[in-house]
Amino acid sequence: MKNLIEVKNIKKNYGKKEAVKGISFNVQENEILGLLGPNGSGKTTTIGMLLGLLKPTSGQILINNLKLENHRIEILEMINFISPYIELPKKLTVKQNLNVYAKLYKVQNIKERIEYLSEKLRIKELLDSITGELSSGQKNRVSLAKALINEPRVLLLDEPTASLDPEVGDFVRTFLEEYKKEKKISVLLASHNMSEVTRLCKSVLMMKNGEIIDQGTPDDLITKHGRTNLEEVFLKLSRSKSEFN
Amino acid sequence: MSLTRIYGLFLRHFYLITRSFPRILDLVYWPTIQITLWGFISNFFATHTTYYNNAVGVILTCAILYDFLFRTSIGFNMLFLEEIWSRNFTNLFIAPMKIGEILTSLVITALIRSLIGLVPAVLLTSPLFGISILELGIFLFFLFLSLYIFGITLGILVSSGLLRFGPSFENIAWSTMFLLAPFGCIYYPIETLPEVFQKIAYILPLVYIFEEARNILINQTVDIENIYNAFIWNALYFTLSIILFYYSFNAAKNKGTLINMGE
Repeated sequence: MKNLIEVKNIKKNYGKKEAVKGISFNVQENEILGLLGPNGSGKTTTIGMLLGLLKPTSGQILINNLKLENHRIEILEMINFISPYIELPKKLTVKQNLNVYAKLYKVQNIKERIEYLSEKLRIKELLDSITGELSSGQKNRVSLAKALINEPRVLLLDEPTASLDPEVGDFVRTFLEEYKKEKKISVLLASHNMSEVTRLCKSVLMMKNGEIIDQGTPDDLITKHGRTNLEEVFLKLSRSKSEFN
Repeated sequence: MSLTRIYGLFLRHFYLITRSFPRILDLVYWPTIQITLWGFISNFFATHTTYYNNAVGVILTCAILYDFLFRTSIGFNMLFLEEIWSRNFTNLFIAPMKIGEILTSLVITALIRSLIGLVPAVLLTSPLFGISILELGIFLFFLFLSLYIFGITLGILVSSGLLRFGPSFENIAWSTMFLLAPFGCIYYPIETLPEVFQKIAYILPLVYIFEEARNILINQTVDIENIYNAFIWNALYFTLSIILFYYSFNAAKNKGTLINMGE
C-alpha cells in the first residue's frame, strides 16, 4: 500500500518548550490511523504541522510524495480537516458555505458535489438553513460535508464526534468507515473516544509529552499492556511516567 | 492566482452583507451621518471665514475623502476580523489559497463595502448642501485611488498585526486611523501643524492628497506634484505592508498563532 502521509522526525519548539520531539509515522492509502494522547501531548501541534498552519522546527512532512514546505497549495488541495474547535461562518446558509468552500477548493460540478454530500450526510433539508442556527449534530454533519467538498485524499479529524449524541456519533462513524472504504482515503484521527478509535482505526499512535510512547493495532496494545480495552491502555500510559520523561 | 478562489472568498463576504439588513444599514448609516454633520459645519465655515468663502464645499469634500479612506481601512480589517470572530480562520488558512489571492479578494471586497457606504452619502450632498464632489473633475479619481491604496495599506498592516499577535491586536485595528488623522491635514493646511509634526506629515501620502483637494477647490489649479508624491509614498508603504504581511504569516506559522486563532 502507498503511504499518503509520511512524517519524518518532525520537531516543534515554542521557544525553549519542545511541543513535539521528533516523531515519525506513516499513514497508508485506505487506512485510518488513530492519534491518542492526553491534553498537551502534541496531537494538535502535529495536526497543525500537517495542515501547514505550523512550521516544524525540523523534520519533513510528505503528502502523496510531495514535500509540504515546497508544495503547500497542491497539498492543501488534496487534504481537508474537521474539528469541533473551528466553525463555518454562522450567518451564511449551509448551501452558501458549501458553495464558498467549493470555489476555494476549485471544485468542478459544484452543484452535483453538494447534492451528493447532502444526500449522503442527510443534510439536504438543511441546505437553506442558517448555519449558526443548526444543532451541534447538524453542524457536525455540515462541517463534514465541507471537509469532503474537495474529495480529499487525506482527511485529518480532530475529535470529529465530540459533543454528539450516540445516534449522530454512530452515524458519523459509519459514514467515515464507508467513505474511507469507497474512496480509499487516508485518515488521521485524533480522538479521546476510545471505542471510536477501536472501531475505526487499523493502528494507533500513543503520544505523551510530544513523543510517541507506543504504537500498534488496538488489539496488540490491549494485549501488550494486559488490559481489557483501549481506554485502560490509554489511562495506564497517560498516568505512567514514561521512560522518555 | 486563481480567479475562482478570489471570487470564492469575495462570495463569502458578499453573502454575509446581502443576508443582513443591519449590516447594509451599518455600512450606509455612518458615512451618511458623518457627511451630513460635516455638511452643516462646512456651510457654517463658508459663511463665517474668509479662508473658505470661495469654496463652500472644501470641508465637506475633504470629509467625504477622509470617510472613504476610513471606510476602506476599517472595511479591510473587518473582513479579517470577521473570520476570527466566526472561528472560520483555520478553515480559510487550510484552504488552498495563496496569500496573494486572499489579499486580492479582501482588497476588492473592501472597495465594494466602502462604495456601498459612500455612494448614498455623496448623492445626499448635492440636494442637501448644493455641493458636488465632482467639482474636483478627473483628479477626483486620482485622489480616491490614492486614498484607497493608503486605506488598503493600513488594513494590510493591521491584519499583519492580527496574524502575528492574534485577536489581542484587535483594538489597534480600530485606532490606526485616529492616530494618523492629525498628521493627514484633512481639514486644515499643513502650516497649521508644528514643525516637527509637519516633518511626519510629509512622509505620509495623506497630506498631499488633502492639500491637493483644497488646492483644486480653492485656487482652481492643479499641482500634479502633489498627486505624484502621494502615489510615490503610497507605493512605498503598500510594498512595505505586503512584505510585512508575508513576514507575519511566516512568523505566525512559527509561533502557532494561526492554529490558536480558530479556538
